[in-house]
Amino acid sequence: MVLQSSFKNCLQLSCILRTPKAGFRGTASGGLIIQSISNDVYHNLAVEDWIHDHMNLENRQVLFLWRNSPAVVIGRHQNPWQECNLKLMRQKNIKLARRRSGGGTVYHDLGNINLTFFTTRKKYERMENLKLVVKALKALRPQLNVHVTDRYDILLDRQYKISGTAAKLGRTTAYHHCTLLCNADKFVLSDVLKSPYKGLKSNATPSVPASVKNLFEEDPSLTCEMLLDAIAEEYAMQHQIDHRITLINPTDETVLPGINNKSKELQTWEWVYGKTPRFSVSTCFNMVYKDSVLDVKVDMDIKHGRIEACNIDLPEQWLPPALCSELVKSLTGSKFCPNETTALSSTLLRMCPQDYELHSKWNLLCENMTMLM
Amino acid sequence: MAAVTALRSSCRTAGRLVCVHHVRSCSSIRFIKSKYVCVFDKSAFKFSHQQRLFRTSAVSCGQIVQFKLSDIGEGITEVTVKEWYIKEGDSVSQFDSICEVQSDKASVTITSRYDGIIRKLHYNLDEIAYVGKPLVDIEIDASKGVASEDVVETPAMSHEEHTHQEIKGHKTLATPAVRRLAMENNIKLSEVVGTGKDNRILKEDILNYLAKQTGAILPPSPKAEIIPPLPKSETVPAAPKDKAHRIPVPVSRPMVFSGKDKTEPITGFHKAMVKTMSAALKIPHFGYCDEIDLTQLVQLREELKPLAQLRGIKLSFMPFFIKAASLGLLQYPILNASLDESCQNVTYKASHNIGVAMDTEQGLIVPNVKNVQVCSVFEIASELNRLQALGSAGQLGTNDLTGGTFTLSNIGTIGGTYAKPVILPPEVAIGALGKIQVLPRFNGKGEVFKAQIMNVSWSADHRIIDGATMARFSNLWKSYLENPASMLLDLK
Repeated sequence: MVLQSSFKNCLQLSCILRTPKAGFRGTASGGLIIQSISNDVYHNLAVEDWIHDHMNLENRQVLFLWRNSPAVVIGRHQNPWQECNLKLMRQKNIKLARRRSGGGTVYHDLGNINLTFFTTRKKYERMENLKLVVKALKALRPQLNVHVTDRYDILLDRQYKISGTAAKLGRTTAYHHCTLLCNADKFVLSDVLKSPYKGLKSNATPSVPASVKNLFEEDPSLTCEMLLDAIAEEYAMQHQIDHRITLINPTDETVLPGINNKSKELQTWEWVYGKTPRFSVSTCFNMVYKDSVLDVKVDMDIKHGRIEACNIDLPEQWLPPALCSELVKSLTGSKFCPNETTALSSTLLRMCPQDYELHSKWNLLCENMTMLM
Repeated sequence: MAAVTALRSSCRTAGRLVCVHHVRSCSSIRFIKSKYVCVFDKSAFKFSHQQRLFRTSAVSCGQIVQFKLSDIGEGITEVTVKEWYIKEGDSVSQFDSICEVQSDKASVTITSRYDGIIRKLHYNLDEIAYVGKPLVDIEIDASKGVASEDVVETPAMSHEEHTHQEIKGHKTLATPAVRRLAMENNIKLSEVVGTGKDNRILKEDILNYLAKQTGAILPPSPKAEIIPPLPKSETVPAAPKDKAHRIPVPVSRPMVFSGKDKTEPITGFHKAMVKTMSAALKIPHFGYCDEIDLTQLVQLREELKPLAQLRGIKLSFMPFFIKAASLGLLQYPILNASLDESCQNVTYKASHNIGVAMDTEQGLIVPNVKNVQVCSVFEIASELNRLQALGSAGQLGTNDLTGGTFTLSNIGTIGGTYAKPVILPPEVAIGALGKIQVLPRFNGKGEVFKAQIMNVSWSADHRIIDGATMARFSNLWKSYLENPASMLLDLK
């Protein structure tokens, strides 16, 4: 049993990081396999940031193993409105995270394992890492038909994607991380990665959809733990290090000083939504009001996640024009966020004449506007 | 000559090509007239001689250096520029992030090699940038000298403990100015916690360290693991070492505060609040405050809490406050009214939609409980639970947030006794509830007993409400709460 489940054996990461040459267990070349005890996507992404920023990887490489409770993770330069169904995610309480590496959008849950390979910038080599994973899988189940494509995906039976890759390169260090589908919920995955938002025009990195399959479907005897162990063993063998996995707690400031600030930053609206590259929304929708159907046309430019310019075309005189322009003026500069828009429009309504009909029309329009977000 | 040898060895380790457009001679340094000017490790000269070679004759015109896009690896020749962190005219320090580029699922952060001012960006967003071609032009301040990367491989050059120490596994990043400050104060950079980007040590960190002298908040690694570059540090004369341990008294040095004002535009929800509050101020407010003895209510709630829990509802005091307010409004309907813009008509609202001020991440949100006049205390409690859950998830709908006729603000959950709440238009009254305190009071027999006292502060629109009405409403509300059984008489 490779996995250390007891905390007593959880080595102080600081000792590992700071002890020169000795590494641990006296191995000359550095190599370290760590696993997160947390399933919080933000905490785990923060660990990646921390290692990237703080660890000296000159003589050592690190493999980080982690799993998350349901979350959608978009790439650094992607547009969440383009990539996933934010409404559904809010309903199902599925978190949205933006990672610092590039690439496309993935759905994580506990049936998906994440592997991060940390090296120096010079030793950054994605193909090698993926070949290691394939080797581990084949060692575990020789009959598995898995191979690495030149797009850095791992395919099962030459058809189904079971792993996607992304990478981040800094000044001196680099990391390559990939997913591995063991037993994830494919139904939620496909629902959540389908964007319902229409009329989006953006230069953000698009995701390339692919048909996926769980390794569990191919071989029901496989579990996430087995895959993690197999990969750790293969890594240990290739780097000639002890195959024991060190557990780390991604909220422990004594081991990882400054980590909580990093996870906090990853959860801010400014990071998750505000880092979306500039895009525009140009769409129309119907509103049903008292047996009549109205066409509304909306055009918006969104920069840093905020509405930079907004135009709403309503049937004439349906709402007093002064009110309309008040709404447009308030939306300008506001976050492209349903909560913000609801709060803003409800507050503005206090300034309007107390007319039941006016209020219901206003609420109807604002509800439809928030549906775009 | 030693200078030149050092230059050449550093050049090899630097490993990058630098194209220099303007070469200006500095009075104290001889430039090598070769195709490539090597950048040398400043620390070699600076600290070993306790003086700076570049301090003389400040040459104001800097040299423009073209910073080229370095090799990404994996044979990649072109990338897309995705985000600029700086713009033309910004000043950058070494290791500051300049931009983010993307290539085939890899996101790369390009950091600056130099301290200087950005003079030109060679690419726009989403353009393709080429490896080996210029990315930005940086004007380097010649008087400061050309900084190089932290030389990790040559600790022998710096024998002072103030230079960049390499604690195995932890590089200290700091600009030359910061290093000088640390050196002047005999501070080990390794002991200072950096708060800048990439944990870089900023000037403020040095100043904080000086002020606190409590030591850095680094992980508890035993001193033995920190290996200073050379044992020579022990032979440093005792005086400066003592200085480092004694709490320095910055007598003559003026405290430098390098914080900057930050201006942000007011947008969205906050902008709407500005409008609402400005309008609210036009309403002539008057206040009326009182204290309520909640001793009996506290007891009642304790009894009812488990019952509500059985039904899956968390029972706070608010449902009682809200129901009592509604009962009061039945007697004094003017408090549940609305004055039109021209102040010509008063509309008495039939529904008691009582708003509850909620503090969320965005700020003050006021969802309301609809038709309290026909709700039981339990129904109010469950509705409050629903609103609170939605509020904390940031999912309140327009229907919940509009249509309020009267508001209660339970600021006491945070603290405070008396307040001066501002009426939320188009309403005409509002109440702020302070915290419940245990205070000594006299009972009917003249004995002192422990009472649970809460203060209430009402504000009302003096254009249509007078003090007497407010006072009577408050007394009625107070009597319901001080004697909860009396609510039973008037419950519908």
